[in-house]
Amino acid sequence: MSVVETRRGSAPAPAPGGGPAARPPRRQPAGRWLLPLAPAVVLLAVFFAGPVVWSVLLSFTDASLTGSAAAQTSFVGLDNFAQLLGDPAVWNAVVLTVVFVVGSAVIGQNGLGLALALMLRGRGSVTRSLVTLPVMAAYVVPEIVAAFVWYAFLNPEGTLNTALTSVGLPGQSWLFTVPILAVVLANIWRGTAFSMLIYLAALSQVPSDVDEQAQIDGASGWKRLRFVTIPMIRRAIGTNLVLVTLQTLQVFTLIFVMTAGGPGDASETLPLLMYEQAFQYAALGYGTAIALVLLAIGAVFSLGYIRAIGKEEI
Amino acid sequence: MAAATSTAPGTGATVPPARPPRPTVASPRRRASDVLVTAVLAVVAVLFAVPLLWLVIASLDPAASLQLSLPEEPGLDNFAAVLTVDTTLRPLLNSLVLCLSASLITVLVATLAAYPLSRYQLRYGRPFLYTILFATGLPLTAVMVPVYSLFARMDLVDTRYGTVLFLAATSLPIAIWLTKSFMDGVPIQLEEAAWTDGASAMQSLRSIVAPLMLPGMLVVGIFTFITAWGNFFVPFVLLLSEEKLPAAVTIYQFFGQYGAAAYGQLAAYSLLYTLPVVVLYAVVSRWLGGAFTLGGGVKG
Repeated sequence: MSVVETRRGSAPAPAPGGGPAARPPRRQPAGRWLLPLAPAVVLLAVFFAGPVVWSVLLSFTDASLTGSAAAQTSFVGLDNFAQLLGDPAVWNAVVLTVVFVVGSAVIGQNGLGLALALMLRGRGSVTRSLVTLPVMAAYVVPEIVAAFVWYAFLNPEGTLNTALTSVGLPGQSWLFTVPILAVVLANIWRGTAFSMLIYLAALSQVPSDVDEQAQIDGASGWKRLRFVTIPMIRRAIGTNLVLVTLQTLQVFTLIFVMTAGGPGDASETLPLLMYEQAFQYAALGYGTAIALVLLAIGAVFSLGYIRAIGKEEI
Repeated sequence: MAAATSTAPGTGATVPPARPPRPTVASPRRRASDVLVTAVLAVVAVLFAVPLLWLVIASLDPAASLQLSLPEEPGLDNFAAVLTVDTTLRPLLNSLVLCLSASLITVLVATLAAYPLSRYQLRYGRPFLYTILFATGLPLTAVMVPVYSLFARMDLVDTRYGTVLFLAATSLPIAIWLTKSFMDGVPIQLEEAAWTDGASAMQSLRSIVAPLMLPGMLVVGIFTFITAWGNFFVPFVLLLSEEKLPAAVTIYQFFGQYGAAAYGQLAAYSLLYTLPVVVLYAVVSRWLGGAFTLGGGVKG
């Protein structure tokens, strides 16, 4: 942030001793700046904007990977969307996606990340390292490896059940009895580091004298947290919430490897339903319509993200 | 994927400086809550470490099971078993080729694009940057179905260059954003001398700006590399032939075929696949003097 602002600040200042030729004219002839921007614009248009526009078109067709519709794709109007609204599988996926995002991102990663950052405040570097190292390690590991690790951890013969039975608690087949809880836990494990880092950074910028003054005035720890610390990092909380929501909305690999959306459709979130419809049932048009729903939800959060931070960044 | 969206531009975050232990009013109650907090922290640290610990120990145990237990006869048998051309070496090489090409393209294209955005006041500069920021937030997973259908029309399915270009394009928004903020940090005065001497914008970018922001470009490249390395869904959908598949996909096939029996080998494969990412993270964080948190990396 500071970097951007510094340069912005210094840019209008006249160059010391520089003549008019010392800096390029404010408005360049179009070709001069269009050329270096061109590769980026082309790549983004073909591989990013293209698919998005294409998905809008595709969602109005009965495009399919196999069968007659594969050779002869026809326009079906709003059929896919009508089917979408009446499809219990879609509603099931929407509910599960909300549970997954709220449970693992909003409450899990965000809450645990904030709690960890608050608890680590003012602790020695040894304690900090001992806690942040395993939390960061979980974040650095590739998503598919995280999925294997949790598949093993929650397996009927896995570490969790062994630990539970050793203290006399009943174990169970977590991936079958409570699959959505299993993937929520795995995603909390995987993503908490991100929120923790954001909050550690935000808390380090909170001046300590306000907190100390409140302490002298006799405010309890809880009150200081609620009325002093939390309000001062409100912006970081907002940004973090939007970011973890965006990341969690599109989680595919973790769930695909751990439960494949099952058993049945007990952990089939929108990305998994989209994959199943498009590639396993070969209904590209319908799969794309589901993808559009996901894209629309993501776009809303992304706009919120820009509103939250964009204004002072650019 | 996670890393791409996780590099949060503008979280207002910088690296926490080492704080002196804060003055405490030593009361018994305070000490009791300190003990409680330490206990909670310890439990959390253990809970985060245990699943990974299984991975490391199981890889060294030829008779590994799904639970964390010390191997009776530890050894490197698992690594020996998976270190064959078909199982790990070719997939890892494929990953390297895919990710390295994508990173190089991304850094090059992002640097070119960042230059006019950073140096000139473009009429459409702000809308362009807003669009870029918006794109960093879009769920990439959702684009994969239309991308597949688009690739099928363009005959790009199962081609390496198609996959590389797609990986590069999807990491471009965040890369342009990062590169621009790194470039904003290079004082414009340095270039003015070159301009007076008649250098073109591209010449001054190449010989003045680029060398000064090389560390920033490397960070962007490493970020792109790590993201692409961990990406399973994109190659899973876009590549089909066995000999082109990167490790992210073959390790999933290995899990499907042997995952239910050869846990030790799966763990060994996972570690081999994870190692490059860990090394890169370590290099970057050491090199930026510990100043490399996600927020800090973004802030430059």
